[in-house]
Amino acid sequence: MDLSTTYLGLNLKNPIVPSAGPLSTNIDNIKAMEDAGAGAIVLYSLFEEEIEHDALELNHYTLANTDSFPEAQSFFPVPYDIKIGGEDYLNHLRKAKESVNIPIIGSLNGKKLGGWVDYAKKIEQAGADALELNIYILSADHHKSCTTIENTYLDIVKSVLENVKIPVAVKLHPFFTSVSELVFKLDQTGVKGLVLFNRFYQPDIDLDKLEVIPNVLLSTPMDLRLPLRWTAILYGQVKADLAATSGIYSAEDALKLIMAGSKITQMLSCLLKNGIPHIAEVLKHMVQWMEEHEYESLNTMRGSMSYINIADPAQFERANYMKVLHSYK
Amino acid sequence: MERKKVTIDGNEAAAYVAFRTNEVIAIYPITPSSNMGEWCDAWAAENKKNIWNETPIVSELQSEGGASGSVHGALQTGSLTTTFTASQGLLLMIPNMFKIAGELTSTVFHVSARSIAAQALSIFGDHSDVMATRSTGFALLSSNSVQEVMDFALISQAATLKSRVPFLHFFDGFRTSHEVMKIEQLTENDIRSMISDEMVIAHRNRALTPDNPFMRGTAQNPDVYFQGRETVNQFYIDCPGIVQDQMNIFAKLTGRQYNLFDYYGASDAERIIVMMGSGAEAVEETVEYLTSKGEKVGILKVRLYRPFSIDHFINALPNSTKVITVLDRTKEPGASGEPLYLDIVNAISEKHINGELKFAYPKITGGRYGLSSKEFTPAMIKGVFDEMKKSKPKNHFTIGIVDDLTHTSLDYDASFSVEPDETFRGKFYGLGADGTVGANKNSIKIIGEGTKYFAQGYFVYDSKKSGSTTVSHLRFGPKEIKSTYLINKANFIACHQQGFLEKMDMLDDAAEGATFLLNTLIPKDKVWNFLPEKVQQDLIEKKMKLYIIDAYKVGEETGMGVRINTIMQTCFFAISKIFPKDEAIDMIKKSIKKTYGSKGEKIVQMNFDAVDKTLANLFEVDIPAHVTSKIKLADAVSANAPEFVQEVTARIISGHGDSIPVSMMPIDGTYPTGTAMWEKRNIALDVPVWDDEICIQCNKCVIVCPHASIRAKVYDEKLLSNAPATFKSTKFKGKDLGEGMAYSLQIAVEDCTGCGLCVDVCPVKNKKETKLKAINMNQQLPIKEAERANWDYFLGLPEYDRTKLNISAIKDSQFLVPLFEFSGACSGCGETPYVKLVSQLFGDRAVIANATGCSSIYGGNLPTTPWTKNKEGRGPAWSNSLFEDNAEFGFGFRLSIDAHNSQAKNLIKKYSNEIGGDLVDAILSADQKDETGIYDQRERVKMLKEKLTAFMNEGFDGDKLSDLTHLISLADYLVKKSVWIMGGDGWAYDIGYGGLDHVLASGKNVNVLVLDTEVYSNTGGQASKSTPRGAVAKFAAAGKTMPKKDLGQIAMTYGNIYVAKVAMGANDLQTLKAFIEAEAYDGPSLIIAYSHCIAHGIDMETGMKNQKAAVDSGHWPLFRYNPDLIKEGKNPFKLESKGLKIPFKDYAYMETRYKMLTKSHPDLAAKLIEEAQHDTEVKWKTYEQMAALPGNDK
Repeated sequence: MDLSTTYLGLNLKNPIVPSAGPLSTNIDNIKAMEDAGAGAIVLYSLFEEEIEHDALELNHYTLANTDSFPEAQSFFPVPYDIKIGGEDYLNHLRKAKESVNIPIIGSLNGKKLGGWVDYAKKIEQAGADALELNIYILSADHHKSCTTIENTYLDIVKSVLENVKIPVAVKLHPFFTSVSELVFKLDQTGVKGLVLFNRFYQPDIDLDKLEVIPNVLLSTPMDLRLPLRWTAILYGQVKADLAATSGIYSAEDALKLIMAGSKITQMLSCLLKNGIPHIAEVLKHMVQWMEEHEYESLNTMRGSMSYINIADPAQFERANYMKVLHSYK
Repeated sequence: MERKKVTIDGNEAAAYVAFRTNEVIAIYPITPSSNMGEWCDAWAAENKKNIWNETPIVSELQSEGGASGSVHGALQTGSLTTTFTASQGLLLMIPNMFKIAGELTSTVFHVSARSIAAQALSIFGDHSDVMATRSTGFALLSSNSVQEVMDFALISQAATLKSRVPFLHFFDGFRTSHEVMKIEQLTENDIRSMISDEMVIAHRNRALTPDNPFMRGTAQNPDVYFQGRETVNQFYIDCPGIVQDQMNIFAKLTGRQYNLFDYYGASDAERIIVMMGSGAEAVEETVEYLTSKGEKVGILKVRLYRPFSIDHFINALPNSTKVITVLDRTKEPGASGEPLYLDIVNAISEKHINGELKFAYPKITGGRYGLSSKEFTPAMIKGVFDEMKKSKPKNHFTIGIVDDLTHTSLDYDASFSVEPDETFRGKFYGLGADGTVGANKNSIKIIGEGTKYFAQGYFVYDSKKSGSTTVSHLRFGPKEIKSTYLINKANFIACHQQGFLEKMDMLDDAAEGATFLLNTLIPKDKVWNFLPEKVQQDLIEKKMKLYIIDAYKVGEETGMGVRINTIMQTCFFAISKIFPKDEAIDMIKKSIKKTYGSKGEKIVQMNFDAVDKTLANLFEVDIPAHVTSKIKLADAVSANAPEFVQEVTARIISGHGDSIPVSMMPIDGTYPTGTAMWEKRNIALDVPVWDDEICIQCNKCVIVCPHASIRAKVYDEKLLSNAPATFKSTKFKGKDLGEGMAYSLQIAVEDCTGCGLCVDVCPVKNKKETKLKAINMNQQLPIKEAERANWDYFLGLPEYDRTKLNISAIKDSQFLVPLFEFSGACSGCGETPYVKLVSQLFGDRAVIANATGCSSIYGGNLPTTPWTKNKEGRGPAWSNSLFEDNAEFGFGFRLSIDAHNSQAKNLIKKYSNEIGGDLVDAILSADQKDETGIYDQRERVKMLKEKLTAFMNEGFDGDKLSDLTHLISLADYLVKKSVWIMGGDGWAYDIGYGGLDHVLASGKNVNVLVLDTEVYSNTGGQASKSTPRGAVAKFAAAGKTMPKKDLGQIAMTYGNIYVAKVAMGANDLQTLKAFIEAEAYDGPSLIIAYSHCIAHGIDMETGMKNQKAAVDSGHWPLFRYNPDLIKEGKNPFKLESKGLKIPFKDYAYMETRYKMLTKSHPDLAAKLIEEAQHDTEVKWKTYEQMAALPGNDK
């Protein structure tokens, strides 16, 4: 069975790609992902803000009490050979590349425009096969218009594309007034891939402590519907490859997304829940299903259920919503 | 050959050569020498090489005794080995120094000479320590300046290899060890050409090796020991010549010619000062001035003090010599003179007797100067030269103090100055926290390395660990700088903190035409009216210029915050015009890039922004013609303070301690307690403010307050009738302390350091605005006056009767008056809450032995002490002996108190009939386990004393009189005394461990409190055996690779020692119970208290959260091991935390000490954190098993 696919110009043996997340912080896990059959791996994200925070923190605490007291001019050894520029991430990327044969896609979350470009270049130099821009802007500032925010996305992508040669994908969240418009504008920049969708960290409130607490919820299979819809809508209308992520747990989930039009399906929550070997299970069942339904390759099915290829495209629009509501009657 | 010029301090200069010329370096921290070991450890971690292209092995020992033992061992097995030390550390090395010298072993010990603890400890410089080693057989070579430190480090290394005599190379602690000076750096080739392979191999060939076995270190008897001791003579005879040869070789290499004795001055000089150390530089500077005025004076600098070459000395003196004054920077009470003086007297006498003196027998006098870095200025030197003119010059004099008791001191004209006009002299007043010193060190480097100027920086700190004031003294100019004293005529003065204006007279030292730079929030057009009268007066009369900058604003705008170093540095360069503006900016930026480059682009850019924004905010202020201000400099202490505080303490606080005469100083180091309360430091910008409406009165803020600045009281609400208007009070929640009671939480806003720990631990949140708690930080200034009145009123309210409090509950325990308050410890200190708790629970009957370290400094460093007494006049009696002997010192307290108690008991038994059998029985059988028991016993003793006094009035005589007199003086020992032995982990785990173990094993009733910061905090964060695996510390720059020692586990093996491990931030009630149980246990007890610390690199405001995380990770299991439970058939071990709740790294990476390794050695960090997790799990499982063991009753 031919599960091969292309993504961002890379040839992948199959479309199952672990997405950016904590599992890839460990080289043994990366090896296990390859062993389980992953087509490629998106490495966890390098966060410029975290690097800046680390730099400020280290600077603050190593200097905070220096030259204040006659017996101790400082409280830490002379900081020699400190590397605060994402070196740990870049070294990890290099090690990952050395450890496996499948493509490694770097992931970047910048802060300033200059930071996006600098770190993109560093990730390219460290040997990443491609780069996923994990753009994650949540503005609480009501003075900032949606156009301003969307232009920031476009500026980041354009600047990075001007400075790196490796293929670049953009991971988006779904909370735009017009996802389509932004996607089309992004497509025009020459970006090679669009990853649908990023899931925002959503804070929670601890009622006992009266504190806002971070609460990372893993995706559930229900979350699949959002990328499914937008993959189907966008398939065939943009040059960039589509990658779907969120809520992919099974071979059936992956197949649905490919039918909707995605080149690859990225999974994380299901691996966190079921373990890395689950990749092999998904692949096995994909093959089984395709054999049972007499598909020879993914290419045959890709986009078959997309907006442009189904009989009633309106089903992916508002009518679909109406239909669902009516089904409860 | 042009050598590199570097701007470094004396310690770095010594370490530079020592690292390159040794194979093994054994170290132990002690001020002011610690930096030498730190440099070597950091270079070794960087894999830097010695001249044989090997990285020396740098190893920390448990004490200087241990370091010298390892040095001895490494030398005996053929390695070139060195160590660095000072003061008490050097004293601990003396036994090995005798051995090393007796065995003719080549080595150099580099010593930053420091005072010896006598009537008091002092970290500052003099030659008392070095002089204590005179009989060891070590050669003593003195460096007077930073350049000489580097040069003599090499000359001594070459000389020791050639002569086989070990060398002690010394230089003045702080004045030279910490003075930053532009010097010429020796090259690797210079070093190589002085240290020949032949000499190194000869040293190695003398090593112990089984391939050529022999023995060394025999025991000898009366028949041969004496002769054996005399075998070394020829080596000592040859040594001075060898040193001179090496000095000559060095001169050929570098052009700097040194001699065993170097004379400077008039060729026909009649008055010669003989001395060694940094003061000789100031004398040379003064001699140059005086000879230019025609005075016949000179200075003979002693370089090689031991072996003392009389011939070289005599030959160095001019033939015109008539009067010699020998200055010693040490004191030998009871001696016929100080050591160098006696050597000179002897040298002159011997030569005179032999008829070899080339001039008539001169007058010889000796004097003491500069003890503990006491200033030694040209004015004092002139005073000495003037004295030498007299027909009968004073001998055994002192200079630099006023001795109005035995009248040893010489008078001098303090206004005399020889500082050359062409030398720029700047004084910068700052706070430790604002980075002033760092900025000035940087400026000196920029000037030193960017110009041909000579440059010098010296930095003075006060003794507080929070809100400390720093004064930087910067000199630079075209003339070589020999001014080894503080600037007293400055042409640039900068005040980096507006608050100093009313606290200190900064312009007193300003020269005419000087510039004053002031950091102030007040705008240019209003600032004049805010200046105190004296400041305005000086500005006008001295025709000064005034510049202002709002550095806080620039700091805020650029992200620099309160660290305004770069901003003030930019102002300095802009005003002083040392370089053209653009060039100066460029040089500052290059320096920023160099300093902060490794810390990331963000930090560099932040500093660049600060530089760029500074100039637009720097203004010159026109100085009016007349003084308009009525603002006076503030008094150091309140007029209500006791006499001693007014007359002595206040002078020290206000910076005039130098003027205190001998007669006003306590004769034996005894000082009153209760003095910190008078030093209102007002260092907090923000202080806690109580919200009485939502407070639940838990008193958690009170127990954690490291400075005892938050107090709670419960009192009769009727007393509120005359309370100040803003005094807050609320109904007391609870009925156990009586009806109609009011509760107040009061903050001493003038004593608070603003750490915020109280806010962090407050469990209450305002329901309407959850960011607020029942205690919240607000600006101090607007409420200062009102809160001062409220504080005074609060103090006047009665204390609740301690016998009626349930002190085993947190709430009630915090109604006990703290007898440890307002210490100068770091803001948010993790140690002091425990110390304070001891003072609350047992302070009125406690005797405290305090190991040297943070706790002895914030506890006992002048000017004031936080230890205080209660209204009855009782309180902790405190003393610090040494670092290494604290357990034994406290053990001595116990033995003595027991002896007194026993004698008192015997006497009351003997006089039972007279005293009354009931009272005697009651006293002897008293149960003193709780507050009521103590109170009742005190009442009985009071009754006893009244009876005894009545007996005395009856006119007893003979034995009875003697007995009763003794009994009166001993009666108070019938009340239980609580002996506390306190110190840090450096003491308990390392240097004092042997003694601690012995004392714990003694079975005696002592209470040991280990304030465990897991690092040597006081000396700057060196690793101890308490430092956990994976943490970075000095002397473990690449992370500690070995696990933390489990002191509690070791102590529990005895079975009869009460042991508790506590962390107040994790479980304050467990802490409280442990303290009470430990004290009540009639035997040795050990409490190991987790103390968060600035050396962990954490936010001190949330330090209690770090404590909790340490416990939750299992790193710091809470337990109590109470041997009394064994008697009850129970398991004595109670595990009281739920460990392994979070991974070790979740705790560790809250702290810079662990996190920085991930930035320097990520792979190693990952490995060590994994091993540390394993350590934690293994330890936890062991503890779980111990806790699960059945008691004897099962």
